[in-house]
Amino acid sequence: MSAAPLVDVKGLTVDFAGSAKPVRAVSGVDLTLAKGEVLALLGESGSGKTVTMRALMRLLPKSARIGGQVRVAGRDVLALAPDELAAMRGPVVSMVFQEPGIALDPVYRLGDQIAEAVMRHEGASRSQGRARALELFERVRIPSAARRLDNYPHEMSGGMRQRAMIALALSCHPKVLLADEPTTALDATVQIQILLLLRELQRELGLAVMFVTHDIGVAVEVADRIAVMYAGRIVETGSCARVVQAPQHPYTQGLLASRAGHVFAKGERLGTIPGSPPDLANPPPGCAFAPRCKVAEAICTKDLPREYQAEPGHVARCVRLAPAPATVAA
Amino acid sequence: MLIYILKRLVYVTPVAIGVSIVCFLLVHITPGDPLSAILPSDATLELQEQMRAAYGFDKPLPVQYALWFWKVIHGDLGTSLATGRPVASEVGRAVSNTFILSTTATLIGFTFGTFFGFVAGYFRDSWLDKLASGISVLGVSVPHYWLGMVLVIIFSAQLGWLPPTGAGPDGSGGWRPDLEHLRYIILPAITMSVIPMGVISRTVRALVGDILNQEFVQALRAKGLGEYGVFKHVVTNAAPTALAIMGLQLGYLLGGSILIETVFSWPGTGFLLNAAIFQRDLPLLQGTILVLAMFFVALNLIVDVVQTALDPRIQRG
Ligand SMILES: Nc1ncnc2c1ncn2[C@@H]1O[C@H](COP(=O)(O)OP(=O)(O)OP(=O)(O)O)[C@@H](O)[C@H]1O
Ligand SMILES: [Mg+2]
Repeated sequence: MSAAPLVDVKGLTVDFAGSAKPVRAVSGVDLTLAKGEVLALLGESGSGKTVTMRALMRLLPKSARIGGQVRVAGRDVLALAPDELAAMRGPVVSMVFQEPGIALDPVYRLGDQIAEAVMRHEGASRSQGRARALELFERVRIPSAARRLDNYPHEMSGGMRQRAMIALALSCHPKVLLADEPTTALDATVQIQILLLLRELQRELGLAVMFVTHDIGVAVEVADRIAVMYAGRIVETGSCARVVQAPQHPYTQGLLASRAGHVFAKGERLGTIPGSPPDLANPPPGCAFAPRCKVAEAICTKDLPREYQAEPGHVARCVRLAPAPATVAA
Repeated sequence: MLIYILKRLVYVTPVAIGVSIVCFLLVHITPGDPLSAILPSDATLELQEQMRAAYGFDKPLPVQYALWFWKVIHGDLGTSLATGRPVASEVGRAVSNTFILSTTATLIGFTFGTFFGFVAGYFRDSWLDKLASGISVLGVSVPHYWLGMVLVIIFSAQLGWLPPTGAGPDGSGGWRPDLEHLRYIILPAITMSVIPMGVISRTVRALVGDILNQEFVQALRAKGLGEYGVFKHVVTNAAPTALAIMGLQLGYLLGGSILIETVFSWPGTGFLLNAAIFQRDLPLLQGTILVLAMFFVALNLIVDVVQTALDPRIQRG
């Protein structure tokens, strides 16, 4: 597994050419995701998690300008022609949406929505597509699957709809699954079932999964690695255990405040930090977190900190991690 | 579904009876004696009484209504005071003429309206949108009788391509589906189509814009559908509403075409109503209004049923 990672993102930027000033929702994100790996994306609301995730499939409105480099399964996503891009969505990367209630077409039968994807990508007939849909419905454990294929989305409960959404996302055997808060719209007991299902499918199919969550307990349980986002940048990445037990960035420390060393229970939401995130149309020059940071130094408001390694595989964008003066002198 | 239709029919019955009562009373609330229009002003009292008895006007109102209603459900709408012909056959012919004209106009309007609406909705705020929206705003705001006259001036008076008035060359007033008659329907149908075109195009534009902004369109793209694939879903989502609007527009045209039919002397219900009013031909007026009102009731029913059949989200309760 020394080959290039399945997902390799370098210097990703996303600008929204809005009415007045362009908003830089994502400003220089680096990410990798290996085959079979699960990465959790954490961060406050508005930090750019959804935009980052959608940029991987170029699933953003026309007003968005995407820059940098995005490679998924060897393809340069940002350079793909529209038909190549469409051919990739489904068999290579697919997405589980946050709210299945609005992400499924309300006037199409669920079985047909899945069959449509199979027909589109594999040139299958409608009956072959429906057969695949049935297989998937059974796989995601929808009771009386055959009958449910003819249901419209509004005829199912939220949990069942999310199962159908997962079935749809898996219909063309993707290598990478993106899940944007796949359980936030559901109630607590259903959330756990859906997460267990996702983890089980991920292991069986060897999927690479990137998912957004606000729930640290879930992140710890499901993910191999955690990436923490703040104001359009990833400020800290590392293995789940390290990030939770020894957070390096003051922002991560704030999020996990008073929790360090303690085992996270499922359902435990991230803490809050006084102050509010910067205006993305007018980002501060240095570290975006500096204005809210208790340990900020003069340099923090001047230069953007680069990534420093705390230990192999665990990096954070904070000058406090900079090795002592030796580097400065050189 | 059958049960749903039966249920709707039951709900509609009191409305229909109410409408018939209003139509019946129409004759009795209009000022003046209904017979005064056809009786010579110097008619003897005896003759007046005789006529009144002949038309049944001497009986109490509820009895008159019951008798009238009994005749109506047997297809007898009385006799026109002006022509002496049965009202039912006059109205029947007018209805079929109006029906042909309105359907043609609605189909033309629907075709262009959905086309402009989809273009405008898909290319929101581009010059295409402005062009298509401009045309439809023009369609709703231009007075159609004026447009009718302009078309007649250009295509009949100046160019001499199309006949200016009437429904056919023989002047008998009946439209038939052949080439010669087709020439007569073109100008009135185009004039009339401008209204549904404007309304449908504006509705479809809003509808398409709304659908394209929904999350499920992103999800369709996320499963690899191209523009054509997404378009099919947009059409399926827009269809129930667009068809309902089309149905209501058709109903509106079937009832409200007095001006256009008069401008083009098209022998339809509007033309007939106009004649009945000016000649104070009350049985004819009553029959025409009754038929039109019943038609509206039926149309609403049909639109409801069709929309329910097309849109799985509507509960068939
Ligand atoms: N279509 C858009 N046009 C303009 N700005 C946008 C658009 N979509 C997102 N943004 C901006 O991008 C920033 C990041 O949004 P994003 O949805 O990625 O946040 P998030 O981290 O997913 O938040 P949440 O946890 O609430 O889902 C926000 O400030 C938002 O205002
Ligand atoms: Mg989000």
